[in-house]
Amino acid sequence: MTKLIIPLLALVALAFAPNFVSAYGLGLLIGAATYVTLASAWALFSGHTHYVSLATVAFYGTGAYCMAVLNEALPYWAVLLCAGGIGATMAALVGLSTLRLQGVYFVIFSFGLAELVRQLITWYEVNVTGTLGRYIFLDISARDIYWQMLALGAATIALTAWIHRSRLGMALRVIGDDEAVAAHSGINLARVKLIAFVLSAVILTLAGAITSPRYVYVEPAIVFNPTVSFLTVIMALLGGANRLWGPALGAVPLFLVFEWLSTNFPDSYPIFMGLLFIGVVFLLPDGILAGIEKLRARRKVQS
Amino acid sequence: MSFLAIEHAVKQFGGLRAVDDVSFSLKRGEIVGLLGPNGSGKTTLINLISGALPASAGTITLNGQQLTGLRRDKIARCGVARTFQLVRILPSLTLIENVKIPAVFGHKAHWGAAAERVAKDALAMVGLSERATMSAGDLTYIDQKRLELARALAAEPELLLLDEWLAGLNPTELEEGIKLISELRDSGLTILMVEHIIDAVRALCPRVVVMNSGKLIADEQTDKALTDPAVVTAYLGEDVDA
Repeated sequence: MTKLIIPLLALVALAFAPNFVSAYGLGLLIGAATYVTLASAWALFSGHTHYVSLATVAFYGTGAYCMAVLNEALPYWAVLLCAGGIGATMAALVGLSTLRLQGVYFVIFSFGLAELVRQLITWYEVNVTGTLGRYIFLDISARDIYWQMLALGAATIALTAWIHRSRLGMALRVIGDDEAVAAHSGINLARVKLIAFVLSAVILTLAGAITSPRYVYVEPAIVFNPTVSFLTVIMALLGGANRLWGPALGAVPLFLVFEWLSTNFPDSYPIFMGLLFIGVVFLLPDGILAGIEKLRARRKVQS
Repeated sequence: MSFLAIEHAVKQFGGLRAVDDVSFSLKRGEIVGLLGPNGSGKTTLINLISGALPASAGTITLNGQQLTGLRRDKIARCGVARTFQLVRILPSLTLIENVKIPAVFGHKAHWGAAAERVAKDALAMVGLSERATMSAGDLTYIDQKRLELARALAAEPELLLLDEWLAGLNPTELEEGIKLISELRDSGLTILMVEHIIDAVRALCPRVVVMNSGKLIADEQTDKALTDPAVVTAYLGEDVDA
């Protein structure tokens, strides 16, 4: 029961947080909520299967573009619906053709996908519509964006918790360990991977759509920035990609650190980012949560 | 009426026929040894039955249901369970979780308490009950083999395929292993086992099928097969003095 009460109380507290912070503080809250959502959604598929996807920004950027293109033609909720649908369709098509790729091949492919989508949209905008950038003028406040992102993040974590207890979650863990054993145990590999990949992609696309009004001006180079994909991966890994709260735990501090670095060292902050990447992989390969557990186990043995 | 029927099974790898027009069948409840020198196509045949590899030609049916052309997971849900020549466990899962997987996703599709019970029974059968919550990655080789067998049993299979499950055991463990398989046989399970340890084959299998270079060269009583000149030649080569 306490397992449910504490997160719910935290959620209520976070929902009231905009009343107590400045505009800059609200911006930080939105950013943190966005990365918690992205990292948790990424881990929903990649955490247990170990399929490291760098396609996060392909879906995130697609969501943002949906909002940019459709916001004047459709009501807001319908745009979100469209974005979710487009994200799901894209993930299903891509997933069907590529989820048999394993290891580094999948990593490279997913990275290529993000670039491909970006180049396709650039090509389309330059050659067909003739305008590369688009403006998003929506009558939506920063608070609304924050609340929506908070709700999406909470829904993602709740969905992950449910999946962990379900047959789907069990199947994903087996796939991460040994696909041959999984198949010979009766697990339909293609279906399981596809369901998880599509669920994850829908959330990533929605996150892009919800946060896009903050950009005001949108162009492919901005919303398909591969740094978003890399950050998402490293945040999830830092916290522990196969734990329920791991991605959130990694996302908040790393987002704040990057925010601080990019304002104080705007030219050299990618260097610190690189160092952090290396540090996380070397020191905490299984994430903070697993690290803490190991430390506790060691203390127990000593005492 | 045959339970497992293999008819003219062929597996072609480029220019190599790893399984070359093999036909034989098993009755329900029968235990048959699959013998043959290294590279004769035994594991490939196991892979064809379990769907790890698609057959190039021929049909394999289980209880009238055609297996050839089905995916691995579908074949598993038809009631075929297997172990692997190179033992494959799920290292990041606990023992009980390892064993629960086929109980949940296999042809009986248990969930909750029922899956737990099937998994516990399977672990008890191979003597790993006390370590149920240990991580499978921490097991010794022999215990990993036991775990793999427990996992196959938790599928509650109709047909069990053992690929050199007894290989690499010391004499005491071998004795236990043979006893375990004979219990499975007595429970009425149909078993096809690839095995090199002749003592084990004699003890367990009244009948053997023998392969050499992809072809079936004998299908007879174990005693007869082991003195069959064709089989002896396949294992030992031609007698140069003859």
